Amino acid sequence: MWDYTEKVMDHYKNPRNVGEIENPSAVGEAGSLVCGDALKLYLKIDENGKITDAKFQTFGCGSAVASSSVLTEMLKGMTIDEAAKITNQDIADALGGLPPQKMHCSVMGHEALEAAIANYKGEDSVAHCDEKIICNCYHVTESVLREAIEQNNLTDLEDVMNYTKAGGACGQCHVAIQKIIDEIKNKKEKVDIKNMSVTQLILKVNNVIEKHIAPELRKDGGDIELVDVKDNKVFVSLKGMCKSCKFSSNTLTNFVEASLKEHISPDIEVVEV
Amino acid sequence: MTEKVVYLDNNATTMVDPQVFEEMKPYFCELYGNPSSMHAFGGQVSKAVEKAREQVKDFFGANDAKEIIFTGSGSEGDNMAIRGIIEANKNKKHIITTKVEHPAVLNLFKYYEKQGYDVTYLNVDSVGNIDLNELKNAVNDDTALVSMMYANNETGVILPVEKAAKLVKQINPKTKFHVDAVQAAGKISIDVKNTDIDLMSIAGHKIHAPKGVGALYVKTGTLLPAFIIGGHQERGKRAGTENVPYIVGLGKACEIAQKSLDYEIHEVKRLRDKLENGILERVYNARVNGHSQNRVPNTTNIGFQYIEGELILLHLSDLGICASSGSACTSGSLEPSHVLKSMGVPFESLHGSIRFSLSRFTTEEEIDYVLKVLPDVIFKLNKISPYQRELKELEAKFKRNV
Repeated sequence: MWDYTEKVMDHYKNPRNVGEIENPSAVGEAGSLVCGDALKLYLKIDENGKITDAKFQTFGCGSAVASSSVLTEMLKGMTIDEAAKITNQDIADALGGLPPQKMHCSVMGHEALEAAIANYKGEDSVAHCDEKIICNCYHVTESVLREAIEQNNLTDLEDVMNYTKAGGACGQCHVAIQKIIDEIKNKKEKVDIKNMSVTQLILKVNNVIEKHIAPELRKDGGDIELVDVKDNKVFVSLKGMCKSCKFSSNTLTNFVEASLKEHISPDIEVVEV
Repeated sequence: MTEKVVYLDNNATTMVDPQVFEEMKPYFCELYGNPSSMHAFGGQVSKAVEKAREQVKDFFGANDAKEIIFTGSGSEGDNMAIRGIIEANKNKKHIITTKVEHPAVLNLFKYYEKQGYDVTYLNVDSVGNIDLNELKNAVNDDTALVSMMYANNETGVILPVEKAAKLVKQINPKTKFHVDAVQAAGKISIDVKNTDIDLMSIAGHKIHAPKGVGALYVKTGTLLPAFIIGGHQERGKRAGTENVPYIVGLGKACEIAQKSLDYEIHEVKRLRDKLENGILERVYNARVNGHSQNRVPNTTNIGFQYIEGELILLHLSDLGICASSGSACTSGSLEPSHVLKSMGVPFESLHGSIRFSLSRFTTEEEIDYVLKVLPDVIFKLNKISPYQRELKELEAKFKRNV
């Protein structure tokens, strides 16, 4: 048995706002019959952009129904702009938390809300269908994955499966998902660089030079030396064959600077001394 | 939870029969000797173990009590059989099973597949039957083992293991045939005598013995290496001091199960059919998964279309009704039942499939109670479904047929 909170149990036992709204201002759908989870969210929105009514229909487990039910309660009385700020974590929090394996239910609620808001604003939700699907079994798109990973600070495959279901069936997309996780993690690390101390940054720069830059230059009989790091400026001196090479400025920007930008931060500037 | 519990999840586990429990009791605080000891105090315990072995032998219909090895569970028996046969036939690299096996067998085969073994997974049709021709074409000189379940845990569908074993031996007499009989035991008559079955495993807790004990039948002449190396217990195949009280319990449970077979086949079946027909008559979005005849008498698997299984189970549980589901959400994995998927059960009923499994302790009153309260649960949940149009169509069709 799942360890559901009292609130989750209350909501699946007595779901609020079940059904359809006639002439809704917006409808949002998420999930599908094949996946085993599907949610349809109906909103009535007045001329001031305020949500006056919210109803839902859900095909899914206890926590899916509870997530949908609590979401409709949260939405009533909100403006569309306020609603747009709701995250899947907010939905889970409103239920007093969800078991990790059930977080995807809150993600589905959030997805349906996003779809409803897009529908209200007349945005083309077809764009969603054109998107790159990463997990074919559960039809999880790249943007859904990215959003779930970024919003919830997910760092490993299992978490991503729990939150989005992606990768939970045949497993063929595991490599693709891992790549997205890594990419987001790297990006985050790059941003963090700004908050790093000078020593940390020097170590990082030195590491990239030793691992990625110097070995390449040495192949051609050249070499590179890190002289100093000040703010975003990296001072280096080229050695050996590089020193006299007429393409050295090319090497500096296209290779040395590009590598440091890729691995550390796009703000890095390389200066030859 | 209400106080009352209607337990219709006997394929998951069963209540220990009070008679079995009584039989076990002396072997905890009174007759606690080691069966291997030389003194008479241990000797009488040894006799109890050997009596249980006789009881289990009779239950299997085996020729000799030596053909029975006590195990710790059904999964252990499966592992002992499959790993043992593969180890004993190192030069052979092909093994066969079905797509609908219990994870104890299926995951073991997947493990060997990763180790480089050539594995054939036999298909099932829409009612859960295998095609013997497919088996016939799969067996070759390199086939070390075929492992096939007797009855499926989710649908109760019975596979033709005797015919399959015979067929396999006709093509390759050296290929060993293992049967996972965990879900068939106590529900249909088992008789390994005069069959081509080499190994068969059962679990105590599915036949009203406690959890933590099982048995493996190994036909005389079948080379099986030791599964647990150590002392001489279980003829050296499974070392470790015997789990005496549980073995005694298993023996008694087998004896009672054998005597109760007639009741199972007639009375339990009658109650199961009453439940199944009652649901089909009352609920318009219900369909049966699996063959309606070729099944063990205690199991029915019903797909409630366009609603989800875990939600049904949670609501039934609030009414004191215990059942289980092939839905993904109940298992912690994201995948719905591999059994129902292999049968091609459509998605609208796959996710809402509920297994009800009865036992000889199930009463008519309990079935009546379920039939009284279940339809309203389903109708309440139908209202939450986003597939209202599809449900209305099913309802209209149902009314036309009534």
